[in-house]
Amino acid sequence: MAKPMKLRARNDGEITDVRILMRHDMETGQRKTQDGDLIPAHYIQNVTVRHGQRVVLFAQWGPAVSKNPFLGFKFRGAAAGDRLEVTWVDNKGDSRTDETIIA
Amino acid sequence: MDSGRRAFIRNAGNAGVVALLVANGFLRPESARAALWNKPAFDATSLEEALAKVVDGPLTEGADVTIVAPDIAENGAVVPVGVIASMPGVESIAILCEKNPHPLAAIYDIPAGTLADVKTRVKMAGTSNVVVLVRAEGKFHMASKEIKVTRGGCGG
Repeated sequence: MAKPMKLRARNDGEITDVRILMRHDMETGQRKTQDGDLIPAHYIQNVTVRHGQRVVLFAQWGPAVSKNPFLGFKFRGAAAGDRLEVTWVDNKGDSRTDETIIA
Repeated sequence: MDSGRRAFIRNAGNAGVVALLVANGFLRPESARAALWNKPAFDATSLEEALAKVVDGPLTEGADVTIVAPDIAENGAVVPVGVIASMPGVESIAILCEKNPHPLAAIYDIPAGTLADVKTRVKMAGTSNVVVLVRAEGKFHMASKEIKVTRGGCGG
């Protein structure tokens, strides 16, 4: 079961600074167990950040993004009190959506 | 005004719309997945191959692209990489690690209103160039920076 993200979004009057910390193994598919069996790849492939109906960032990720991924970016056009929604989808089809209120 | 319709046309084919179509049940997730994730580029096993799958326009070395990353990373499993692009009309930013088994790490779509300023943490198999590609107004701008990795990020 996917664990919740940590979201922080802060508006300075013009620009909203967004920081997202996701919890995911981001398993590359290259590692082996002690018995020599490959650990199957399991990683987030897409991240979508929405401000209302508007997509403000869309990411495609490969397994080279670190475990428990961090994503930071900035956008214009939002105000304090607005909702921001983040969704990720991984290569096994699992997904998780969390939201925060812009401070 | 027809600004909503114009925005829709401008974004048609863009991932946000695809995601919307999936959410509304117009597209089946399997077919949408292919549209949302550039499999050939992520599967590429060399920098040249990955670049060939991502770049579809003229390519220049860009002084307008800044890579914010350490010169030396102690832990290759967690290397902070930030990208700031100062040219107008940035559409997407890709981050690649040259020596990784699959160099392409991430592609970010930058819609209008979003700043060309993203930060991520990536794994690096060893000391290598980090290569950043910025697509702006149909042109590609490339920059690279060598990061020394004292402990690789692909083992245990």
